[in-house]
Order: sequence, then structure tokens, then C-alpha cells
Amino acid sequence: MLLKNTYNEFIKILAKPRSYLGIGALTLLVLLILFAMKADGKSFISFVTASFEQTLSFNGNILNGNLIAFIILQMLIVHIPLLVSLVTGDLISGEAAMGTIRMMATKPISRTQIVLSKFIAGAVYTFILTLWLGFLALIVGKWMFGSGDLIVLNSDGLVILKEQDILWRYGLSFGVAYLALLTISTLSICLSAFAENSIGPIVSTMSIIILFTIIGTLDVSVFDSIKPFLFTTHMASWRSFFEDPVPWTTIRNSVSILVIHNIVLVLIAVYKFNKKDITS
Amino acid sequence: MENTEIIKVQHLAKNFGSFQAVKDVSFTVNKGDVFGFLGPNGAGKSTTIRCMLSLIKPDNGQIQLFGKDLNKHRNEILSKVGSIIEKPDFYRYLSAEKNLAIFARISGKDVSKREIAEMLDFVGLNGRNRDKVGGFSHGMKQRLGIAQTLLHQPDLIVLDEPTTGLDPQGIVEIRNLILRLKSEQNKTVILSSHQLSEIELISNRMVIINKGQSIIEGDVKELLNAQEMVVQLEVNDMEKTINVLKIRFESASFKQINERIIEVNIEKQLVPSLNQTLVQEGVEVHAMEPKRKLEDFFMKIIQS
Ligand SMILES: Nc1ncnc2c1ncn2[C@@H]1O[C@H](COP(=O)(O)OP(=O)(O)OP(=O)(O)O)[C@@H](O)[C@H]1O
Ligand SMILES: [Mg+2]
Repeated sequence: MLLKNTYNEFIKILAKPRSYLGIGALTLLVLLILFAMKADGKSFISFVTASFEQTLSFNGNILNGNLIAFIILQMLIVHIPLLVSLVTGDLISGEAAMGTIRMMATKPISRTQIVLSKFIAGAVYTFILTLWLGFLALIVGKWMFGSGDLIVLNSDGLVILKEQDILWRYGLSFGVAYLALLTISTLSICLSAFAENSIGPIVSTMSIIILFTIIGTLDVSVFDSIKPFLFTTHMASWRSFFEDPVPWTTIRNSVSILVIHNIVLVLIAVYKFNKKDITS
Repeated sequence: MENTEIIKVQHLAKNFGSFQAVKDVSFTVNKGDVFGFLGPNGAGKSTTIRCMLSLIKPDNGQIQLFGKDLNKHRNEILSKVGSIIEKPDFYRYLSAEKNLAIFARISGKDVSKREIAEMLDFVGLNGRNRDKVGGFSHGMKQRLGIAQTLLHQPDLIVLDEPTTGLDPQGIVEIRNLILRLKSEQNKTVILSSHQLSEIELISNRMVIINKGQSIIEGDVKELLNAQEMVVQLEVNDMEKTINVLKIRFESASFKQINERIIEVNIEKQLVPSLNQTLVQEGVEVHAMEPKRKLEDFFMKIIQS
């Protein structure tokens, strides 16, 4: 039953125009950045690097596909949560608003399985979105700008990563970025279990992200104790893979916190949806 | 085999906050019944039906379907039930056949593409298989709802006001369909309505509920053909009429509504002679409206 309904959820997501909105917007944004970089990237980049270019040993063009992908990830990781929650925040509440949840809930499938199949579908959608981002940023980026060493400005200074030392870092960082986006997906599906309209969960998801991000950036000591536990703090941990050496403990910590978030949110949604009276 | 209890609801109660939507509803539906679930707007029909389908959790009472407790055997029970509650809702962005396929997939039975096409033919939606449901009229959605209800060949069919919003022909079609389901396939049907006339046409048994309570349950014919009638008379001479009633029709009780209209409870076979006697006594009877006791009772419930 779980598999059958997950299949149903895919059919629904594939048929909804808004599912393509996210992918379309992402494509547009990335292409925009790519073309802007192609047209004017040199001047954008040179004021940062001009002083280093002579003194550092650097292979190839600074403005290469690896750097482009890094810039794109950096710029878009803030916006993709909106595209994710646009689809996932609607998965339960949209059906409550439409009335179809009532039809589903009179079928011989448990409420838990209904919710779980929506989480699976949301996870797959988010995965496809992340994969598409990776393809556009890295593959199309390299195709347009060629490959080369990656120069990254970190908190502790400039890092230069050799061309052959980069791909695995992207692989893992997309993995962690996916986990962060999955947390967004899980959060908005969870909120979706509490709502009867589709706008509410989307707006609340974004509000929570904004609120947590603000708390995370405020330099106030009262927040210091909660900052490490906010999922937004770990949204950027994909970047850690571009440090040298890679701070594995920090990453492991981030991953555990995100995983715990996902588990707790799924449990809350399952509990809430099971207890809920369906009166729509 | 006969008289197997398909639905047994006992002392059902459900509150929404402090509001008691259902206070105490009990009734039993037997195999092969077309059971009428009658009550005015807001009586608690839909709430009771939602409880029966596990959409909402009752605060009190027991629900058994097919002789089994709903809480303990939910999925097994629901795979044998087809239902429409209040109105059929579908995925607007999907076609009629895709919608049916989606619900069939979680119905607990395997339904083939051909069966879906045949079902769409059966409810008169042939040619619209590929059209998006978003463009369907209310009546068409209702038909699709019926298709969805029957697709997995359930033993029990629950229809909450299936004829609302249908044109007269649609209403007749649904009525005939229900009668055929009973006679040809021996299905059990429970349908809610706020019209006694509708229930009378197709049901063999019924329950009347009002303000969250079940009031009367029984055989439709017996309940409706009870010997007592309520006759409303419009007369020119009220005093004489009351005298005639007191002297010649001792068994009848009456209630004066105003100076020209009086309501008489009287046995069915005495109605012609009441008319005759009044005319003989020189009373002009301007109007005489006989109503069956239950009909009158139900009208009063609705008006109160
Ligand atoms: N979700 C809810 N929250 C609060 N009150 C509700 C809710 N659902 C129903 N009610 C109330 O419960 C009562 C019974 O409603 P219900 O829908 O069961 O009536 P009904 O018999 O189906 O009426 P109708 O003929 O209009 O369909 C009504 O007074 C209604 O206002
Ligand atoms: Mg109702």
C-alpha cells in the first residue's frame, strides 16, 4: 500500500503545474547567472583575485566551471527552499483544501502510510531538484567555462584546491546540501499536516527559515546556546567540504542535527495526521 | 444469512469543541438493505457517516461493520466499502480515468484499465475519460463519484446525499442505479437524505435522526402505513366541526390551528366518513389535506 500510494503521489506531483515552476525557476536563475558570468565574469572576479594572480601557483583560468558552480550554490541555496516548499507544503494541506484527502482517508490505507508516502514523494522531488541544480551548475558550468583549480575564500583565508581534488568535494557537498533541503521539505510537509490551505505551510516554512537565519546571524549571547541546534545553521555546511583540511567533525555534527530534525518532523506529522479529524 | 448485520452503530456521540454534533445515534443495517438515513440539515448525518468511515473519531459509542469493530479492523472493513461523503472531490488537474486509477490503486483490489473505462461508460461519462476533472460540471463529478464508489466492487455502499445538485433525470438515474445494485448484486446501501419522499421511494428500512439523536428506526412501509393519519381541515364553522369530532369520532384527537383550520389525528379508514359527516351537518369543507403520521412528524421536526 505504501508503494502504491507513493506511486500515486508521483503521478500527482508530475501533473501539478507548480512542480515545474520550481524546476523552471531554478533553470532560469542558473542560466541567468551563467550568462552574466560569461558576459561580464572577468571584471566581477578580477578585483578579488588580481593581487593574487601573480603570487600564487594556479592552474588554468580562475573563472572556470568549478568556481561558477561554487558561486551558483552559494547564491541559490537561500532561494531553493522556497521552490521546495512550494511543492511539499501543498502535499497534505492542498488535498485538504481540495477535499481529496477525505476520499483518500476512506480507503484501506492507514493514515501513517498516507503521510509516509508523501514524505517519500517530497524527498524524491527535492532530490531531483538538487540533482538538476548540480547538473546545471557543475556540468553546464564546466561545459561553458572549462575546468581548472578552484579558488575559495573561507573564513580563515584563501584556499586553492587542485582541479583533480575537487569532484569528490562537490559530490559530498551536494549530498549535504540535499540533506539540508530535505529538512525544508520535511518541515513543510509537517506544517502541511496542520493546515487546511496550501499557502499557510509555504509561508510558515519560509518564515521559520527567515526567523532562524536571523537568530543565527544575530551576535547576541542569549542565542548562542540554541544556534548550534537550528537547522538553518547547518544549511551552509556543504561549504565545509571546500576547506582544507575538511573539518569532518563539524560536518558529522551538522549531518546528525539535520537527520534528527528530519526524524522528529516526520514523527510529529505522523502523530498529528493520525489524530486529526478530517472534516473538509 | 439473511439479517446479517452489516452496520451496527450504538450510542454514537461526537463533539466539536463544546458543540454536540452527535449526541446519541444508534441504528442497524442488515445485509441487502437500502437503508435510509433521514434527518434535517445539521442533524448529524454527515458526522455519523464520517465516524463510520474512520474520518473522525467518535467521543463515545461503538461502530461495527461486517460484524467487526471499526477501530480494530479498519483496513479490512474499508476495502469492502465504497462511499461518497457530502460531495465527491477529485484532482482537478488529472483526467477522469487517472482520478479513478488513483483511488482504485489504494482501494485494496486490483482494477484494470478496462474496468475503469467500463465504469466510466456505466455512469454515462464515456468520451470524457481523458478530460480533466477541473472542467466537469457538478453533476458530472457526482457521476464520477458514483464510479469511484463502485469501482472496487464493495459490498457496502455509503452515499451521503447522492442526489444534491443533480437534475431530475440524474436523480431518477441514481435512484434506479441504487435499486439495481440491490436487486442484481445484493449490495447493501445506506443513503442519507433530508427528504422523506426520496427515502420512501427506494429504502426498505430507515432511521430518522434529529439534533444528533436517532428517534425512530424501522421498516419504511410499516412506519409510513401506520393506520393513523393527520388530516388538516379548512372549514367555515369551527364550533360545529369540533362538536362533530367530539360526538361522532371519539377516537380522534384534534388541535385547532386557527378559526378556520383544524388538525385531526384519525384512523385512515375513518377519513371518508369524517368528510361525509361534516357535509351532512352543514359544514362547508374548503380544503382537506391528509398527511401520513410520519410525514407530519418529520415536517414538524424540520420546522421546529
Ligand atoms: N468540523 C466541524 N466543526 C464544528 N461543527 C461542525 C463540524 N462539522 C459539523 N459540525 C456541526 O455539526 C452539526 C451536524 O452536522 P452534519 O454535517 O453532520 O449535519 P447533516 O445532518 O449532514 O446536515 P446536512 O443535511 O446539512 O448535510 C451541524 O450543526 C454542524 O454545524
Ligand atoms: Mg450532510
